[in-house]
Amino acid sequence: MSTLEKTETLQAKTIAANTQISGSQAVLEALIHEGVDTVFGYPGGAIMPIYDALYDYNEKLTHILVRHEQGGIHAAQGYARTSGRVGVAFATSGPGATNLVTGLADAMIDSNPVVCITGQVFASLLGTDAFQETDVVNITTPITKWNYQVTDANEIPSVLAKAFYIAQTGRPGPVLIDITKNAQIQLFDYEGYEKCNHIRSYRPTPIIRKEYVEEAAKLINSAKKPFVLFGQGIILGKAEQEFKRFIEKGGFPSAATVMGLSALETEHPLHVGMLGMHGNYAPNVMTNECDVLIAVGMRFDDRVTGRLDKYAKQAKVVHLDIDPAEIDKNVKTTVPVWGDCKETLPMLTALLDKVDHSEWLQQFRELEKEEVKEVIFDELNPTSDIMTMGEVIKELNELTGGNAVIVTDVGQHQMVTCRYANFKQSKSNVTSGGLGTMGFGLPAAIGAWYGAPDRDVIAIIGDGGIQMTIQELGTIMQFGAKVKILILNNEFLGMVRQWQQLFNDRRYSFVNITSPDFVAVAKGYYIDGAKVCERKDLKGALKTMLEHDGSYLLEVMVGKENNVFPMVAQGTSVSEIRLK
Amino acid sequence: MEKQEFTITVYTENSIGMIGRITGIFSRRKINIESLNTSPSEVEGIHRFTILISESEEVVRKLCRQIEKQVEVLKAYFNTNEELIWQEQALYKVPADVIAEKAYVERLLRQYGANVVVIRNDYIVFETAGHREEIDRLTEELGKYNLIEFVRGARIAIIKDSAGFHAKIKQFEREEPGQEIVENEFLDQRDDVFTM
Repeated sequence: MSTLEKTETLQAKTIAANTQISGSQAVLEALIHEGVDTVFGYPGGAIMPIYDALYDYNEKLTHILVRHEQGGIHAAQGYARTSGRVGVAFATSGPGATNLVTGLADAMIDSNPVVCITGQVFASLLGTDAFQETDVVNITTPITKWNYQVTDANEIPSVLAKAFYIAQTGRPGPVLIDITKNAQIQLFDYEGYEKCNHIRSYRPTPIIRKEYVEEAAKLINSAKKPFVLFGQGIILGKAEQEFKRFIEKGGFPSAATVMGLSALETEHPLHVGMLGMHGNYAPNVMTNECDVLIAVGMRFDDRVTGRLDKYAKQAKVVHLDIDPAEIDKNVKTTVPVWGDCKETLPMLTALLDKVDHSEWLQQFRELEKEEVKEVIFDELNPTSDIMTMGEVIKELNELTGGNAVIVTDVGQHQMVTCRYANFKQSKSNVTSGGLGTMGFGLPAAIGAWYGAPDRDVIAIIGDGGIQMTIQELGTIMQFGAKVKILILNNEFLGMVRQWQQLFNDRRYSFVNITSPDFVAVAKGYYIDGAKVCERKDLKGALKTMLEHDGSYLLEVMVGKENNVFPMVAQGTSVSEIRLK
Repeated sequence: MEKQEFTITVYTENSIGMIGRITGIFSRRKINIESLNTSPSEVEGIHRFTILISESEEVVRKLCRQIEKQVEVLKAYFNTNEELIWQEQALYKVPADVIAEKAYVERLLRQYGANVVVIRNDYIVFETAGHREEIDRLTEELGKYNLIEFVRGARIAIIKDSAGFHAKIKQFEREEPGQEIVENEFLDQRDDVFTM
């Protein structure tokens, strides 16, 4: 579509300036102008005027009625992660708004661009403990990039423009706009919608200092053992190609954080695996062997660094990040490169010498062999009758060719999936990395499907996590998101059980969780499904699931007391990673 | 690194909820704010926070970055006491008869440069301004003479080598600002930083 046609379509779809409209209409107009096509929400008293206005926007906006507001915001997150655009969630005041809290915290720590709109009681009732009144702005202050309460409809266009601008620029994050009911009802003279592109107190991207890029290049060029760590910043910055050119020119071994997975295809010859507590052996060990550590769009989370005072002490550190607050936060930087990596990476690449580091890379491969021998081979090719999570992922890789969007919940299945899933393209790994939110998987997968409806979306979830947000099967039932749900059931809260086994002397305290008949539950929601208890049925069942037109639930019974290894135990150094 | 007094000066938009957003950054890290003052600044429409805490320089630097990250914060500076001119104000309510009868108290008040704000039959209210230690000493002395009421204001401070915010705000208002708005501690200490 040409720009002209686009403008014309937009004009046809939107309300002209200098018309009297309600605050609620202004909200929906803003969404249309921002290119929003899907909203995840749940109505209630204080947001009724917006829902009333929505009645007339049926053709312009798809509204997905979730079964719980937490599901709504996780879906908005999933949508943002696969589409690269802003996810939008609606909720009412009080309990509706507080149900968003977990998702907001999750979106904040994982930098998801999300805009939440909550209804609020009439402005005249604020502070009176009115029915369904809660101070959502104060509650959400530490878990939003920005939040604001609107009490006058005249503010709505400019506030929403700010909200969308803030949510998606710089380091993205969640924004919550709380709108009192009187403002939703209020008629005002609409002057049209103007997108925001500048807020004087807000600098989304720091100004790039060439001298730093030069210093960084000098340092990297001097390295004998350079090692690149990459995070979600690559994906958020849409800098996958720039990153690939950077590592290919320098020949740098590169490892992903959980959030960085899929930014570089898994099978790329320079991809040396995943970092962190349950990451791969080589990248963890080599962190304490390299001479220059190059961190790109990642934030040195404690699950990545292990014990900080024994982390990469021998190395000089180059840190590329868009958020100045990340520099030196956890790991002291030798040369910081502030800025959008879409811009800084090519600048840096231009200054790189083309060096052959294949011998150094080979050292990673040697360690990898050790990990294959000690851990991976048995996990993927078990000899006992008991199925492993790893072999399920392996079979899945073969069937999807690495082209599916893989959504995970939190726990053992998440770590195993992140370790073994094959990713061929970016924005394919959707998981709750920073907050570790059990219950994220199913609703996030629904959103992920709306964000990328042409792709296969597979939600891999444990028997614990699925029970936290299982009500979202109702959303699938009603609106038909073609999500494949793969439950890896070990009849335990596996990750906690693993810790209790390893560190609490096998005192299994409340990790024994029972499950309903998941296939029957799915059936109750008119979703087809099957259960697999034996290896011989696994491949066929996975195939049936993938080929099924529509949503499908497959439950696979896996070993009850299997552990995820390697593991960097809490309080130990990354180089003390244990293989068993 | 040892803890010492730092004064953090924050320039912000004048919007509701800023105090909460900023103080949350401290309380979340279990850092106590010793005093907090909000006021207009030299630039119309821009608010100025003056926050006093006792922490190591490294912690204060990180706090300032987190503060500056807030959408409605323009700039956060941190300074040691040596880099500032600072004052705290105090009000004392003293029984009138004590002043009338005890010459020492009157001398004391003169010595500390206290000014009379209100005179009544039963009490007199004095005001003084100065550094914390001076105020503390006077408070301690007056405590011996039936001090009825005492209150001390938050620290306010002027940064000795600041040129103010007038020029900066013009930079901020531009969509493509120059480099001067982004002070860069790494660049300022370049020789120390790039030690390769």
